[in-house]
Amino acid sequence: MQTSTVSSAERSSQRQSLAARFAEFIDPHYVIADQETLKPYECDGLSAYCEEALIVVLPETVEQAQQVLQICHAEGVPVVARGAGTGLCAGAMPHSEGVVLSMAKFNKILEIDTQSRAARVQPGVRNLAISEAAAPVGLYYGPDPSSQIACSIGGNVAENSGGVHCLKYGLTVHNLLSVQFLTMDGELLTIGSEGLDSCGMDLMALFTGSEGLLGVVTEVRVKLLPRPERAQVVVAGFDSVTKAGDAVGEIIAQGIIPGGLEMMDGFAIQAAEAFAKAGYPLDAQALLLCEVDGTNEEVDEHIATVEALFHKLGATSVRTSQSEEERARLWAGRKSAFPAVGRISPDYYCMDGTIPRGQLSHVLLEMQKMSEHYGLRVANVFHAGDGNLHPLILFDANVPGELERTEEFGGKILELCVEVGGCITGEHGVGYEKLRQMPAQFSDAEIIQFHELKRAFDRKELLNPGKGIPTLRSCQEYRSLDMNITPNATVESQQGSQGVAHG
Amino acid sequence: MADLTSQLVDQVRSALDAGQKLRIEGGATKSFMGRATEAEQETISLKQHSGIVSYQPIELVMTARAGTPLVELKAALEEQNQMLAFEPPVFSEASTLGGTLATNQSGPGRPWWGSVRDHVLGVRLINGKGEHLRFGGQVMKNVAGYDVSRLQAGAFGGLGVISEISLKVLPKPAVQRTLVTECTQSEALVLMNKRSGEPKPITAATWYKGRLYTRLAGAASAVEAAAKAWGGDELDDAQNFWLSLADQQHEFFTTDAPLWRMSVNSKSPAFNLAEPTLIDWGGAQRWYAGEHDWQQMVSIAKHAGGQVSLYRGGDRSAEVLHPQAEAIQKLQQRLKASFDPAGIFNPGRAYSWL
Repeated sequence: MQTSTVSSAERSSQRQSLAARFAEFIDPHYVIADQETLKPYECDGLSAYCEEALIVVLPETVEQAQQVLQICHAEGVPVVARGAGTGLCAGAMPHSEGVVLSMAKFNKILEIDTQSRAARVQPGVRNLAISEAAAPVGLYYGPDPSSQIACSIGGNVAENSGGVHCLKYGLTVHNLLSVQFLTMDGELLTIGSEGLDSCGMDLMALFTGSEGLLGVVTEVRVKLLPRPERAQVVVAGFDSVTKAGDAVGEIIAQGIIPGGLEMMDGFAIQAAEAFAKAGYPLDAQALLLCEVDGTNEEVDEHIATVEALFHKLGATSVRTSQSEEERARLWAGRKSAFPAVGRISPDYYCMDGTIPRGQLSHVLLEMQKMSEHYGLRVANVFHAGDGNLHPLILFDANVPGELERTEEFGGKILELCVEVGGCITGEHGVGYEKLRQMPAQFSDAEIIQFHELKRAFDRKELLNPGKGIPTLRSCQEYRSLDMNITPNATVESQQGSQGVAHG
Repeated sequence: MADLTSQLVDQVRSALDAGQKLRIEGGATKSFMGRATEAEQETISLKQHSGIVSYQPIELVMTARAGTPLVELKAALEEQNQMLAFEPPVFSEASTLGGTLATNQSGPGRPWWGSVRDHVLGVRLINGKGEHLRFGGQVMKNVAGYDVSRLQAGAFGGLGVISEISLKVLPKPAVQRTLVTECTQSEALVLMNKRSGEPKPITAATWYKGRLYTRLAGAASAVEAAAKAWGGDELDDAQNFWLSLADQQHEFFTTDAPLWRMSVNSKSPAFNLAEPTLIDWGGAQRWYAGEHDWQQMVSIAKHAGGQVSLYRGGDRSAEVLHPQAEAIQKLQQRLKASFDPAGIFNPGRAYSWL
């Protein structure tokens, strides 16, 4: 173990000297270099992947963050930016030889522009705090990821976060006006503007969802929306997932774009009901939550349509919220589905594939077969409106080999999603977790293009290295392990079989 | 109506070998946009690379080759009572989907229904190495890899040849009505911003020659109630009005004078610029026709939190798009080089330095 002792001594000395340099311009309390205090930073919301950072630093000004980056750039030290640490793909997991740049101190709302409906905020501001600040003037911020009480807007930009309302209100990328960010060499850039479109290539779109690999967000201008006059939710039980899936298609065919449209399978219904007592029908094999929002008149009209449709399509129960309190309770079951599942299993692993909605029955059936094959139970929560599937695999990390089996099962689910014309991640990001499945979705030439794009922003590849995009070598290894995988191989055949015929 | 991918890839590879620059063209109806470029560019035409690859109304997703005429897409959608919610300008039957994305063209509903880039789900792109690549996908949510698809919006083809595009499409609203209110430009700007902040089914707000046009769209009862609350005269033939605006066939656009487009903070007070003026996007897009000074226009746009472009006419050998900060300029040059290392695609079309 001699080598490790030497490297440990080297590590300690590098840590101390770098910490001393940071402490010259940052409050020493906010330069964390002791193992105990570093501990809470070793993972994000996906605690299966942990790493101890060399140093965690919490600057309080853009200039301080800029200086940290300049020093790291000069010294060749990797940097991982971190928001609230609620991410679910190990995207904010530290680099063992790098600095974690926490933006938690940047928590001010700088401006609420009531007239043109926008908010200018620092990156550490919580998602929900923006809506709370805008509430007195009747506005709110659209994207509402499940973690919205805790997650920060900087992280939302990095991950292009979604939520239960994105079919109607869009993802983060649809709700931004401008972003100010620092590049790895410490340059401060602004993209976007106070207008809706900017000239030239759409750098805002490129930056959104870049998982902290292109820059560190220092300020964001988001759009605000007028709060709808009313929202009501219809909850319907079905005796099969197929029927519930068909009902989703029918609502869309009626020309209704619901504010939220969620599905849960039998297992998820039971777990959620036991936990949240939302009043869900326990005999149902699938549950749909369809929220309609808008003006009072519009909601009346659409609720009536949705209720009639559910009855017609053989719903076993239909219930519509009659008050805000009831609406909140009906949603509580869905929103607590993850912790509820967590209660009936020592551990669970949440997947995030997206599929064309029409493939739902097929995918659920295939997953059931896999579940039997791996001997692991799976509960399904589905953003049915936009095709984003969250299978929760139940496992026990204390049983030797079970985590590995779970990871393999999860990987197979994601490959299945790609096979039916979908993708490996709808809203959680690739991070460290899904690197392995990237070659299922992208060819080597595409992976190379991604790396070249990254170097246009970060020449030395020091910003969040080892995340988001796999190395070419690991892609080739992946393919050699499973010769059946060709990126997007079946997309064309899917289109042929399902598309409306057009010459 | 054919898949010409392999010919297009071959042409890119030959151009690369020969050191030949390529001018990317679809229906050639947007040739007036961007900068005038040198004659020695060879044309790579997408016109015949056309056709809807797949359209699944229930999935709200359509995939088409870049050279597909917009009229063909609109007709297919119409049959299913759906629409391209970004209301792309159809200059003529030749106008294509690829050009619409490359130049980032969206119509009057843009603040509420979103822009073309907002509806893009994925693209296939031939890069400057002659590789045919796929980014994004055909599903509403996809965060794997960088968003190269939406990056193409406004890039004027400088990053590659877009060969195929997947789009989100939407159901047509049940009912549409348009209200007309007589008012000055300043009054209109206040009213547009006020109405945009109310939870009503507003989908367009345009001011021209003393009249504010407000479009409502959605459930019949909601449109009815909003129309009652806001008042104003009902516009006859509203559909043609909005279509002529989206397609830039409206009388304002018939001018021969240089045409300027400002994308600014919607609440900015009226600019001190000579008429004719057309205010769209609830105040966030402002059109001016006439001989104006480039530097002055840039400074006005900047002051209003936005950007200007010399959309049509004027001196097209100079810059026609809002200047970029030096660091952003360098970043865009590096990005272009990462896609198009030999600089063969539409050099100088968006900016002289790109």
